[in-house]
Amino acid sequence: MSMIKPPHIPPSEITSEEIWQSRRRWLRLAGLGAVTVGAGGLGPAIAAAAEAARSPLASTPNPAYRLDDRLTAEKDITSYNNFYEFGTGKTDPMEYAGDMKTRPWTVSVEGEVAKPRVFDIDDLLRLAPMEERIYRLRCVEAWSMVIPWVGYPLSALLREVQPTGNAKYVEFVTALSPDTMPGVRAGILDWPYVEGLRMDEAMHPLSLLVFGLYGKLLPNQDGAPLRVAVPWKYGFKSGKSIVRIRLVEKMPMTSWVKAAANEYGFYANVNPEVPHPRWSQATERRIGDGFFAPRVKTLMFNGYAEQVASLYQGMDLRRYY
Amino acid sequence: MGRRWTSAEVSRTKPLVFLLAAYPLARWIWLGWTGGLGANPPEFLIRSSGLWALVALWLTLAVTPLRRLLGQPALTGLRRMLGLFAFFYTVLHLLGWAWWEQGWSAPAMWNDIMTRTFITVGTLAFLPMVALALTSTHGWMRRMGRRWQDLHRSIYVIAVLSAWHFWLVRAGKNDFAEPYAYGAVLALLLGLRMLAWPPRPR
Repeated sequence: MSMIKPPHIPPSEITSEEIWQSRRRWLRLAGLGAVTVGAGGLGPAIAAAAEAARSPLASTPNPAYRLDDRLTAEKDITSYNNFYEFGTGKTDPMEYAGDMKTRPWTVSVEGEVAKPRVFDIDDLLRLAPMEERIYRLRCVEAWSMVIPWVGYPLSALLREVQPTGNAKYVEFVTALSPDTMPGVRAGILDWPYVEGLRMDEAMHPLSLLVFGLYGKLLPNQDGAPLRVAVPWKYGFKSGKSIVRIRLVEKMPMTSWVKAAANEYGFYANVNPEVPHPRWSQATERRIGDGFFAPRVKTLMFNGYAEQVASLYQGMDLRRYY
Repeated sequence: MGRRWTSAEVSRTKPLVFLLAAYPLARWIWLGWTGGLGANPPEFLIRSSGLWALVALWLTLAVTPLRRLLGQPALTGLRRMLGLFAFFYTVLHLLGWAWWEQGWSAPAMWNDIMTRTFITVGTLAFLPMVALALTSTHGWMRRMGRRWQDLHRSIYVIAVLSAWHFWLVRAGKNDFAEPYAYGAVLALLLGLRMLAWPPRPR
């Protein structure tokens, strides 16, 4: 499938009406739901209000990264999240992440680099031109979304600190503030959340440092103020609310590998042929497709095989899952 | 202690108990109607039906300890309905899996049952449930006599397998708070039987 389809209108412009409508509907329902079933409280309404208030983030659509797939609604992208620091429920991040402070915010980029540096979020926002890219996101739980991210290649940041020859891997450490993160009290993972990439994966043009979605700054539940998006890997590889990036020589021990190495590997490349121990990865449920839609076939490397398969030449992907 | 309730009196509460037990179903319909099932309705319904099946099963198991604690043997009259609700929510849970997870594909379902421990355990819990549901009528009770009670004691096995299934589901994410809570309540329900009322000679 060709991914180049100009002319392109930024989705942030074409869907604004629909989003606006659905947001109003959401607000209304959230209020009703809270009264009727006594569950959820006012969280959804508050989160929806916060969503409406998110600042715009200007960007240029990159025509090389667009898809024919229908975009997932902004409401779904911002209300259905795995961000366990705020709880394991899918709506927990939307309800609780609002208290996380995302300003001031710094990111320390350190380790095997010639010029380690602590970046302020404002510097990062200006470091490289913002692009809008539409990526598929495939969760290891066998659901998927199509998201218009706003950001720039991760390589732009990494080049800035001049990695040394010893830099073989990149480790991402994400925010940990127990005061605002009710989920960290449950010992589900060894906090802070740590993820990692091989250096060539991190430098790959598809690896995106993300600051926004749908033309606006990221909401907290999606990993504000900055996260990565590595679209050919399962979603958990893409760390949210990053505070430290370390370039290291040895493969980092990541949170999920530490918690359940037999279920979640370091590579975690999307692969329909390698099942998760508890479910098949051959198909996925596309969020927003509705009750009667059949599951979608999962593509090798989430459909990005043409761009990334060469990174894994000669590797046994069943062993390095 | 007050007067003992008659069977007829307990029977009169059945419509109310029925409505309460049907609350989860009503809630799903309401949420579905108003778009409140979230971004992934199939996942929500599969998980929710599984949880409510557990709740109904535990309530079924609570009848015997409750009637003894309260000294109200007529409460047994509510047990069958609760058990059938447990079966009903289990069937919905299973249909949700068959439809939304397996796309009605028999080979896919078989493969899932044979290769995944938590599905195997869930299936093992379901099979005796079918037998219990089918033999839940007065006719079968009469026809089977004492063997009916022996068969229906398999609810203990069903409950333990169900709790194990739930534990396995959450094990991958080290998220054990709820499985432990359900397990503790089950241990209490079964423990009461063993400690407080040792089996009497027949």
